[in-house]
Amino acid sequence: MMKRSRYSTPKHRTLIWLALAGYAVFALFPLIWVVMMSFKSHIDIVSPVPKFIFTPSIENYRAILFGGQSVQYEAGQTDFLLYFRNSCIITISAVLLSLLAGVPAAYALARYRFRFKDDIAFTFLSFRFAPEVAVIIPIYILYQRLHLYNTYVGLIFVYQLITLPLIVWIVRGYFEDISVEIEQAAKLDGYSWWGVFTKIALPLVKPGLASTAVLAFIFAWNNFIFGLILGSSDTYPSTVGTLGFISYESVLWGQMAAATVITILPPLILAIFIQKYLVRGLTMGAIRG
Amino acid sequence: MQPVERRWQDRYLPYLIILPALVLTIGILYPFILAVVYSLTDYRLVSPVRHFIGLTNYLDSFRDISFWSSLGVTLLYAALTIMIEVPLGLGVAMLLNHEIRGMRAFRFILIIPLMMPPVIAALMWKMIMAENGILNYFIGLIGAAPVPWLAHTYSLLSIVLIDVWLYTPFCAIILLAGLQSLPKEPYESALVDRAPGFFIFRRLTLPMLKPFLILAILFRTIDSLRMFDLVYATTKGSHSTMLMQVSAYYEAFRWYNMGKSLSHMIIIWIVIFIVSRMLVSWWNRAMQRATGTER
Repeated sequence: MMKRSRYSTPKHRTLIWLALAGYAVFALFPLIWVVMMSFKSHIDIVSPVPKFIFTPSIENYRAILFGGQSVQYEAGQTDFLLYFRNSCIITISAVLLSLLAGVPAAYALARYRFRFKDDIAFTFLSFRFAPEVAVIIPIYILYQRLHLYNTYVGLIFVYQLITLPLIVWIVRGYFEDISVEIEQAAKLDGYSWWGVFTKIALPLVKPGLASTAVLAFIFAWNNFIFGLILGSSDTYPSTVGTLGFISYESVLWGQMAAATVITILPPLILAIFIQKYLVRGLTMGAIRG
Repeated sequence: MQPVERRWQDRYLPYLIILPALVLTIGILYPFILAVVYSLTDYRLVSPVRHFIGLTNYLDSFRDISFWSSLGVTLLYAALTIMIEVPLGLGVAMLLNHEIRGMRAFRFILIIPLMMPPVIAALMWKMIMAENGILNYFIGLIGAAPVPWLAHTYSLLSIVLIDVWLYTPFCAIILLAGLQSLPKEPYESALVDRAPGFFIFRRLTLPMLKPFLILAILFRTIDSLRMFDLVYATTKGSHSTMLMQVSAYYEAFRWYNMGKSLSHMIIIWIVIFIVSRMLVSWWNRAMQRATGTER
């Protein structure tokens, strides 16, 4: 859309800028406040007048990462590092499994005509829209029987509900964007489908593929309910672990803030690299921006 | 693709390629089918026997006042969040659709909440909305009494606020993509005709943006009807915030009534399915009109 001239006067630009700055404050304030909180001592956190200026300390981080026995707290929760590691293991494995199974499937859905094609594609999509509890209850019962409850394998499998639809649907769109002629020319040169797929198609979708994998990672990382129900203290991801700082006796605000900051860092850092592909990823490929 | 000579391997190749994903899908599909089957039983986790009881769970739900209240709260929650997030997101998107200094930074700031785990975002707000938290301090500065944000009557609205903080950026970036894809010519002729700004917005921007608006509503509806994380991290469903998924969670994992819980989930699933089918067909029509492929 063109910039309309009447909105290009300096006065208008200042107004737009101010409105956006207002929204930015709303968007950033909770984050900034919690980051500040994570560097505060317990006394500064519970002070009746909020402290904007304080002596920063890394005590909270030390307590959750290395289990330091701080004076102000009854105990430091030392399991957080384990939860963070669990998140890494489950999320990365889930994305890799989805890539292995999903990318060829996306290619087939984009390139070939075959029976039940649309039904298969729709089934993938429908996982994205199902209420999680509906599928978790039977899985919970099955996992108890199969001894998959509270295991990485069990969680990695259930995380396919998040990562697989995303990868199949979005990567399919990227494959559809490649012109068929290029692939047909390669076929005439004697390439098998595998050759076409690995030597022609995959390199062409590489940026889209990478960004989709990153987005799948972010969504899997951010998940809470699967770990809450199908995991236990050995396999909890860090989203569930962070909630553990609220106990019946007290809330360890400072440590919880520190855990919050560490948990949101991986998705926020990754988000920097996929901005260009975000709209397409968030709409399951419905908008090809 | 041109149908060249179709040998048998050509015919079965697609199935072969899709097989790994299909195996995973069937693995996921199986629990879905079990969910429907269990919802027709009196399955309780604590008792080994279960009986087929037909639609009894469903019929009981319809007579259960707490089911209706939780369905009502869920629909109210979805309606509130969408009615705030879509217009607000449109406003933000229109602001972002200008070339001014610092725009790239603004666009990145906007997506920060969206990239966060919802449960963590809720925790952050819980810290802010605490009784002696920063939000009540600000409110005290303008002379108001502290608000019990996450208790009593305010709790649902507070969670709506968190949802707005988290997902308005979602609407904004979809609508921004929409604004950037609009053709320039209608705006140029509107400018020549000296059409007023509001007229341009009503008659040009809104209709052309329709497919994008529907898409934003579609995704937000589906996710709001399934909301769990924000409630679990803040009120755990107390004080009139018992959304469907939260109550089904407690029904199953506190009271062990698997059959009853699943029947509720299947009902909300059907609601989601019907609403999204309507929105998708509306979207298809809007897309056809936008791309001019209507017959």
